[in-house]
Amino acid sequence: MSSNQNILVKLNGAGLSLNNKWLVKGVSLQVEKGKIVTLIGPNGSGKSTTAKIALGIYKKIDGSVEKYTSKVGYVPQKISIDWTLPLRVNDFMVLTESISNELIDEALSLTGVIHLKDKNLGDLSGGEFQRVLLARAISKKPELLVLDEPVQGVDFTGEIALYELIKKISDELNCGILLISHDLHTVMSATDHVVCLNGHVCCSGSPMDVAKNNEYKALFGEQASQILSRYEHRHDHVHTSEGEIKKN
Amino acid sequence: MLDDFFIRALIAGVGVAIVTGPLGCFVVWRRLSYFGDTLAHSALLGVTLAYSMEFNIAFSVFIISSLIALTLIQLQKRTNLPGDALLGLLAHSSLAIGLVVIGFLSFIRFDIMGLLFGDILAVTANDLLIIWIGGALILLVLKLIWKPLFASTVNYELAEAEGLNPDRAKAIFTILMAAIIAISIKMVGLLLITGMLIIPAAMARNISSSPQKMVMYSIIGGLLSVILGLFSSLEFNTASGPSIIAASLLLFILSLLNIKQSIKLKN
Repeated sequence: MSSNQNILVKLNGAGLSLNNKWLVKGVSLQVEKGKIVTLIGPNGSGKSTTAKIALGIYKKIDGSVEKYTSKVGYVPQKISIDWTLPLRVNDFMVLTESISNELIDEALSLTGVIHLKDKNLGDLSGGEFQRVLLARAISKKPELLVLDEPVQGVDFTGEIALYELIKKISDELNCGILLISHDLHTVMSATDHVVCLNGHVCCSGSPMDVAKNNEYKALFGEQASQILSRYEHRHDHVHTSEGEIKKN
Repeated sequence: MLDDFFIRALIAGVGVAIVTGPLGCFVVWRRLSYFGDTLAHSALLGVTLAYSMEFNIAFSVFIISSLIALTLIQLQKRTNLPGDALLGLLAHSSLAIGLVVIGFLSFIRFDIMGLLFGDILAVTANDLLIIWIGGALILLVLKLIWKPLFASTVNYELAEAEGLNPDRAKAIFTILMAAIIAISIKMVGLLLITGMLIIPAAMARNISSSPQKMVMYSIIGGLLSVILGLFSSLEFNTASGPSIIAASLLLFILSLLNIKQSIKLKN
């Protein structure tokens, strides 16, 4: 754990109940500058709820949230936009903060949708809209990014490119990222810390620790565990300057 | 030569249209037309109270409509009834109470028709002051809350997550709605105020590609409706409110032609 100054948001035993039913309970986690924290878990395990608690969208929560930044970028999982609004991509980019035209263009270029800048939001495909959502979240150079399945509906090659972009943004802006994703392969290669949810924190730690965890195996099955372990092999040897492979 | 009262009505109408333009866009975007109706119905109660206590009408309507709006917000939090049922409850009960109170005020001669449908003869120099100063205040406040209000209209959670405080913006917008109804009641009448808010905005939606353009066209549409409506009201001796609304409907129908064209282009 690094020093307290690096903490962007911290959940202490946070939970939310609706109509006497717990959506998620007792979640403690923190996101620090330059780190990517990933939430994984089956459907209905409270991933999105946890993200919204961290963002302060829910007011009546159990436990507490400490938020140390107001520069937040958010990509929600579901977004329903009313088409009674005539809204172009360009209008959408400045929705919550007025940013310069250069920043808008830069962000749209990074996610590969600069050509859609003057298009109506309602005319975009699902994948295109997802890229615009991500562009909007990163354009204002936030300190904290909360990405709830940011690449859903994006084509396969685009998915890999966008995950690389997310990793790059985390390094360049030194911002903290709270990521929710289903794709264990892609996520694990970039994640610093994994929190496995199932209504509560079932286990957490580095991707390796989580992969070895029995509760994780029970939740996701043996195969998922192997996916995680595969990334271990990346680090089990080093290349010496002589070009030899040396086992750790 | 135009009469003084007509010039006053024109100045008043122009003032009202400039304010209803942008507010009406939000009414359309946020699906608040029935909410506007409810506030307008409750305005009758405000008017009768103003008469019985010899109070300023606009001020009294503003107070009563704001109270009804706040009551609605509380009821929404504390009951399981759907929003439209609550709106109906408040709209009709406040209208009924207003009418009952009128019954007690038999000593005052009431121009009910003028109240319901607007009366250009009734606009005084004092009303002009209220419309223009009140209107300027409404626009100023709307400009201040534009960002959070617009962002939360697009998506509440994005606005909340990125620190814009949409709940406060919504509460302030509710008060602005009460205010526009209060200042425009004499022009358009309480049964037709919502039409003045919605129809120019709906017309603007048909011909605009961005929110800013929609607001602009909505204002222009409102101005044209007021000018057209008031002149025909003078010409045919009809009530000002219905004439203005009928004119705005005409503009809306014209805007439909534009939609047809753009759909043809797409195919």
